[in-house]
Amino acid sequence: MSWLIDPFADFAFMQRALLGCLAISLGATPVGVFLLLRQMSLTGDAMAHAILPGAAVGYLVAGLNLGAMTIGGVAAGLVVAVLTGAVARFTALREDASLAAFYLISLALGVLLVSLKGSNVDLMHVLFGTVLALDDAALTLLCAIATVTLVALALVYRPLVLECADPRFLRSVSRWSGPVHFLFLGLVVLNLVAGFQALGTLMAVGIMILPAAAARFWATSIGGMLAVAACVAAISSVAGLLASYHAGLPSGPAIILAAGTLYLLSLVFGPSGSLAARFWPRAHLEA
Amino acid sequence: MALRVRDLTLGYDRHPAVHHLDLELAEGSLTAIVGPNGAGKSTFLKGVMGELPPLEGKIERGAARVAYLPQLSEVDRSFPLSVKAFVAMGLWHRTGAFGGLSRADLSRVGEALAAVGLTGFERRPISALSGGQVQRVMFARLLLQDADLILLDEPFTALDAKTAADLLAVVQRWHGEGRTVLAVLHDIEAVRRHFPETLLLAREKVAHGATDTVLTAENLFRARQMSEAFDDDANVCARPAEQPAKRGAA
Repeated sequence: MSWLIDPFADFAFMQRALLGCLAISLGATPVGVFLLLRQMSLTGDAMAHAILPGAAVGYLVAGLNLGAMTIGGVAAGLVVAVLTGAVARFTALREDASLAAFYLISLALGVLLVSLKGSNVDLMHVLFGTVLALDDAALTLLCAIATVTLVALALVYRPLVLECADPRFLRSVSRWSGPVHFLFLGLVVLNLVAGFQALGTLMAVGIMILPAAAARFWATSIGGMLAVAACVAAISSVAGLLASYHAGLPSGPAIILAAGTLYLLSLVFGPSGSLAARFWPRAHLEA
Repeated sequence: MALRVRDLTLGYDRHPAVHHLDLELAEGSLTAIVGPNGAGKSTFLKGVMGELPPLEGKIERGAARVAYLPQLSEVDRSFPLSVKAFVAMGLWHRTGAFGGLSRADLSRVGEALAAVGLTGFERRPISALSGGQVQRVMFARLLLQDADLILLDEPFTALDAKTAADLLAVVQRWHGEGRTVLAVLHDIEAVRRHFPETLLLAREKVAHGATDTVLTAENLFRARQMSEAFDDDANVCARPAEQPAKRGAA
């Protein structure tokens, strides 16, 4: 068992990485579950591209400064989220097309700004994550974002579920539809920013969506999906960090690949709606 | 007055779907909306719900609480919700966004499910329901909404006779409780038998009043003459507004 315990017992950087990843597992996965349930799984990916230029601009202005990159990422993400939501609600364009338009503009703008300043190896480091070098400020930020996310989701749980399941009904009984949608997009942005501190902007989407997709094959209720997804993310974090430590792999991709492995196992063997259920059905019931 | 509509024009891209409609619904009335496809029936209900802003005219809702069953509901039927959780949404006016369900609320949910013949379905996921059962669930949720004005858009379409009869009984129960019900229907015979009042709509109001005076052969023939085509070169409507309302995009 020492290969399992020792890396975390002996090295502070592994403890910090584990804490950071567990915080992300708690905060980002419920957001991912609701993205999945709203059929917006690719929204996370698009949003990650949208915040990347903001983070890069923060880096170019203030160097490797957590505050500047966080503010830049959040600002870029929120601008894209608000513009996307507004266009979808007030014009004929659907949300997916509207988001595609704005994130592509944001991405192009970011690439333009970065290339004006010349390329930078450190910047690539930022974009692909630094989970093994999380400092106190970054850890505090990750835990704060996870806390804010869980509290916010607990508060708006009912309107959010309604907005996903039957948005027209929600609009007919309350004014929550717009606010809860924007609040949710805000949480997506916050958690992607949290994720890129540890895993990089592109890998951050993985810890959000893969556990949620895996959970769909295990649970048939929202509560069950939230619980399974958080567990999948936590297991992936531990497994990925261990693989990274023992085999000298980059940690971000190792964690996401661990989550991907669990997703594939769920896809094949999960009890509900999986390949096993499709191709090796159990005997049917009488009523 | 549960609903008063004055000189109402609703439409899409400046083309009217409901044209200069005047209507008053008395409290407690049970009214069917009848008319050909494209007559503006669903558009009218959307307008009453505020989903579509009027191009012209006014809608005054006297009712405190309005419940609405759209024709094409946006319910995501693959969503992992139980029948009980889904129907309990109808208690929004009691719970709001944050309140919990009390024991009394849970027994209300049970009563509503019993009223639509779905006792024992509480834990069933909505994804496992048939089309008729989904409509029963929608009615159970409407029951819980405890609304003064209830708008139903083709509530009995694609239902078997038993389900339609059961749900019609729910509508009659609402009528007996003094609630105002406005329902879009295509079954003229059912309207004659069960709905005291009728609005015959063909973009414009053809007739409104007691059902047997409205559903005459002559009125139905007039309603069928309505042209469904958009005319891209149509002139701006020159009919004078009753009051100096804003002229929409015209």
